[in-house]
Amino acid sequence: MSLLEIDNLSVRYGPADAPPVVDDLDLRLEAGEVLAIVGESGSGKSQALLALLGLVDPPGRVAAERLHFAGHDLLALGERQRRRLLGKELAMVFQDPLAALDPSYRVGFQLAEVLRQHLGLRGAAARRRALELLEQVEIPAAASRLDAYPHQLSGGMAQRVAIALAIAAEPRLLIADEPTTALDVTIQAQILELLLNLQREHGMALLLISHDLAVVAECASQVCVMYAGQAVEVGALPGLFDAPAHPYTEALLAALPEAGTARHPLRGLPGSVPGRHDRPAGCLLSPRCAYVQDDCRARRPPLDAKRQSRARCFHPRNQETP
Amino acid sequence: MNTPAPLAAEPAWPSPLREFCQAFARNRGALAALLLLALLVVCALLAPWLAPFDPAAQHRDFLLAPPAWLEGGQARFLLGTDELGRDLLSRLIFGARLSLLIGLASVALSLAPGVLLGLCAGFFPRLLGPAIMRLMDVMLALPALLLAVAVVAVLGPGLLNTVLAIAIVSLPAYVRLTRAAVLGELHRDYVTAARLAGAGRLRLMFVAVLPNCLAPLIVQATLGFSAAILDAAALGFLGLGVQPPTPEWGTMLASARDYIERAWWVVTLPGLAILGSVLAINLLGDGLRDALDPKLKNPD
Repeated sequence: MSLLEIDNLSVRYGPADAPPVVDDLDLRLEAGEVLAIVGESGSGKSQALLALLGLVDPPGRVAAERLHFAGHDLLALGERQRRRLLGKELAMVFQDPLAALDPSYRVGFQLAEVLRQHLGLRGAAARRRALELLEQVEIPAAASRLDAYPHQLSGGMAQRVAIALAIAAEPRLLIADEPTTALDVTIQAQILELLLNLQREHGMALLLISHDLAVVAECASQVCVMYAGQAVEVGALPGLFDAPAHPYTEALLAALPEAGTARHPLRGLPGSVPGRHDRPAGCLLSPRCAYVQDDCRARRPPLDAKRQSRARCFHPRNQETP
Repeated sequence: MNTPAPLAAEPAWPSPLREFCQAFARNRGALAALLLLALLVVCALLAPWLAPFDPAAQHRDFLLAPPAWLEGGQARFLLGTDELGRDLLSRLIFGARLSLLIGLASVALSLAPGVLLGLCAGFFPRLLGPAIMRLMDVMLALPALLLAVAVVAVLGPGLLNTVLAIAIVSLPAYVRLTRAAVLGELHRDYVTAARLAGAGRLRLMFVAVLPNCLAPLIVQATLGFSAAILDAAALGFLGLGVQPPTPEWGTMLASARDYIERAWWVVTLPGLAILGSVLAINLLGDGLRDALDPKLKNPD
């Protein structure tokens, strides 16, 4: 049994016939594994996450055939049990570290609050553990940072504190929602390395959301490429990036600055993600796809097994046997 | 991984209180206002000992005596006497008591329910929120003083009812301010993080969100304090506030207005007292806002 099992998850806003924001998403995540979700803005990455965490507020509606975490059915769990389970076993690192820390409380207090709530540590014991956590995330002069307010920290430092907060209750799944996007390039590498080290040490599963493909290629063992609310390609790395089956994955890789050379300018993908009112009848990528054929415009392809991965495409790329 | 530079080893954080005091002290106007307000508070607290006379004692031989420094002035009556021969200085000193009491009580009585309603309005956006906000809109649609007059007309004049009327009138401002601040904070990541970590709704409301909404509320409360003094004076002037012979500044103005031609001091001095205290409190509120709002703080 996997740590996280999602079948057929969909999130909708507005009337029942409106296109879903997240459409038939299936995910499997084993304990201790790193799964990356990639996709451009508006592809439903964050909404899928919020649905998993039970944080989609009305008027949003969540439906799923199966939403299991660590053997518990999240859909059947009561509000209170769900909070207890998720608060302890699942933690999240956010994109903007300074927004993710409560500006009114000292760092030490925020850490102690989590430790008290989920591990029952109090007073000096909680403070000692909080200090250990700050040292674990490699914060210099950790003892003095315990009494600092979030606004007194730099971005990278705040993200380290946020990571310390996330791992405080020793979760089994850590979700990192673009943890390095808001940071300086030099800090990005440090934070990623820290996350991966902690993931290995604690044997946590890591769900990494990113639109930085280089980061994903470096960290993840599994990747799920999302487009317009659907998973268009799911598979293991590095095979998937070496031979992408879906034209969208191929286009994403081609748009990497590293792929361009002086003689061949970067190739972009023309057009934009279909919105609520201009969704094509067939494949969602069909208006933008370079390899589009008639059947693509007529029907929507299912997520089928291809050579390296599973992809939603009738005419997958890179399928010839080497 | 990186090794930290040794110079970053022991940063000493200024305590938030000290930081606040330093920022506040840089504002001259606010400091002067604080002094004036301190004087007012001392007057209010020590009124029986500071005032030379009983504020209600009538000296029938000295009706409308001018202040001491004017021709015909009496050294005993430093600021002169009113139409019934009562010592103006004593009445002003005792009046400070009433004004501060009315200000404090009405701010407290509108701040607490206002914050509570505002929090509810922000946290329950489906039914309760709109209901609360429409009710506040109705209250805001009526001119404040008119509404206060209506409340007093229903409850009857008097000190307590004046306070109640002012509290009711200033309620919508707190509700709207709190709700706006709550809505701004609710979508921040730290609230999501708190929800994810298992915080219940009450904890979110009072522990996570409310402390981050306090800065504008504190400023509004100080401004509300001065508005309350002004409103109380207005109600007193209309004869609907605190009743004579209680030495309330607005009431004093009202009873003295017939003598404005003959004895300017009976009107001017209570007016100046109102002006001074309201100005001081407003300046103080300004200073507080500058000191509390991190966006306005100058880095040093």
